[in-house]
Amino acid sequence: MGPSGSGKTTLMRAIVGVQIVESGTVSVLGELAGTRSLRHRVAYVTQAPSVYADLTVEENLRYFARILRAPFERIEHVIKLVGLGGQTRQVARTLSGGEVSRASLAVALLGEPEVLILDEPTVDVDPILRRDLWNTFYKLADRGASLLVSSHVMDEASRCHEIVLMRRGEIIATGTPDQLLERTDSRDLEDAFIALAEMA
Amino acid sequence: MSITATLATAGRVLQQLRRDRRTLAMIFLVAPALLALFKAIFDNEPHTFDRIGAPMIGLFPLIMMFLITSIAMLRERTTGTLERLMSLPIAKFDLLLGYALAFALLAAIQGGVTGAVGFGGLGVKAAGPAWAVVLLAIVNALLGMALGLFFSAFARTEFQAVQFLPAVLFPQILLGGLLVPRAQMPHVLQVVSDALPVSYAYDALAKITADNTGSWLWFDILIVVGTIGIALVLGATTLRRRTA
Repeated sequence: MGPSGSGKTTLMRAIVGVQIVESGTVSVLGELAGTRSLRHRVAYVTQAPSVYADLTVEENLRYFARILRAPFERIEHVIKLVGLGGQTRQVARTLSGGEVSRASLAVALLGEPEVLILDEPTVDVDPILRRDLWNTFYKLADRGASLLVSSHVMDEASRCHEIVLMRRGEIIATGTPDQLLERTDSRDLEDAFIALAEMA
Repeated sequence: MSITATLATAGRVLQQLRRDRRTLAMIFLVAPALLALFKAIFDNEPHTFDRIGAPMIGLFPLIMMFLITSIAMLRERTTGTLERLMSLPIAKFDLLLGYALAFALLAAIQGGVTGAVGFGGLGVKAAGPAWAVVLLAIVNALLGMALGLFFSAFARTEFQAVQFLPAVLFPQILLGGLLVPRAQMPHVLQVVSDALPVSYAYDALAKITADNTGSWLWFDILIVVGTIGIALVLGATTLRRRTA
């Protein structure tokens, strides 16, 4: 969690291993971030949906499934997970903003990753679908996957088990939502963030 | 190295192009139409058309693949799909090979159509076999692809990428011997043209046209193939797994 420009995306890119890190090392699942063996285990969904605009949802998923060596049965499954059942044969260019980001999310779910890094996944998504997506995230977490979700909307944070608050490239606090509320004696996370930012 | 990833990529690239019917139509129709235009322009100088007709068939795919690859790679870079691929278990080489495979197929069709129209309808002459011209067209298409891949790394927008065509390829075609034989150019330009790969692509085609196949034809082809290899390796280094 953090305002725009606080370094959320840079931190996530560092964990995926696509960011040139100036100093220090990042390790994920005991290996150096970006290592070849991690490319199967870590999936990343960028803020800008990265699917091929001139392919259909299904064609996109088929291509990435072959790269990931995921069985084709997974395609139907992930389409259901992100609620794009009605759009499988639609060319990505003609999808709405929220639909394209869900298509992009579906690609990341193909390989059943152990770590799933999602940069603002629920922007432009209607409330019902947002609830469904969060239910999917919980399901994946229950199965043992670690999910790292970024957002600048405080309301999203309350859904997470643990929060990392960022501001101006630095981590200013970490903890469960309850811990953060308790520590700052606040009623909601918005107030908590302001209190913590002023303390820092 | 993975054949699955290579074939999947080739299939995906062709699938994308299949959606773009207008581009496909232009790829297959513009080259024969231009060849017909050249034939008409050189109506009073048939020997000039005899000299450059067959080489043109072999050089069109070079230009087309340079443009298509530049734009396609730029799109991969700007839409984030390249970043996604680079975080997935695919080797850079498989990605490039996939592109090469898809574009070689397009070049074969383009070369075949232009060759059929040229040799069949427009009276293009080559002392050597017509299939050799089409085969060189495919090799040249791969040269265009490799150069386009490399130069696309220096473009940030599609406008810039398009400008690399007049900046990188036009001088090479002008100096390569198509308009004026290289031996008739000023010495300085001859030396410059010796250093440019398209000169050798043209020379190979000119030798087949004149059935001059004994004289260093394989050397010309070797230079072109070597340049493809070097440009692909350089191009692969521009596909970064990590960026700032």
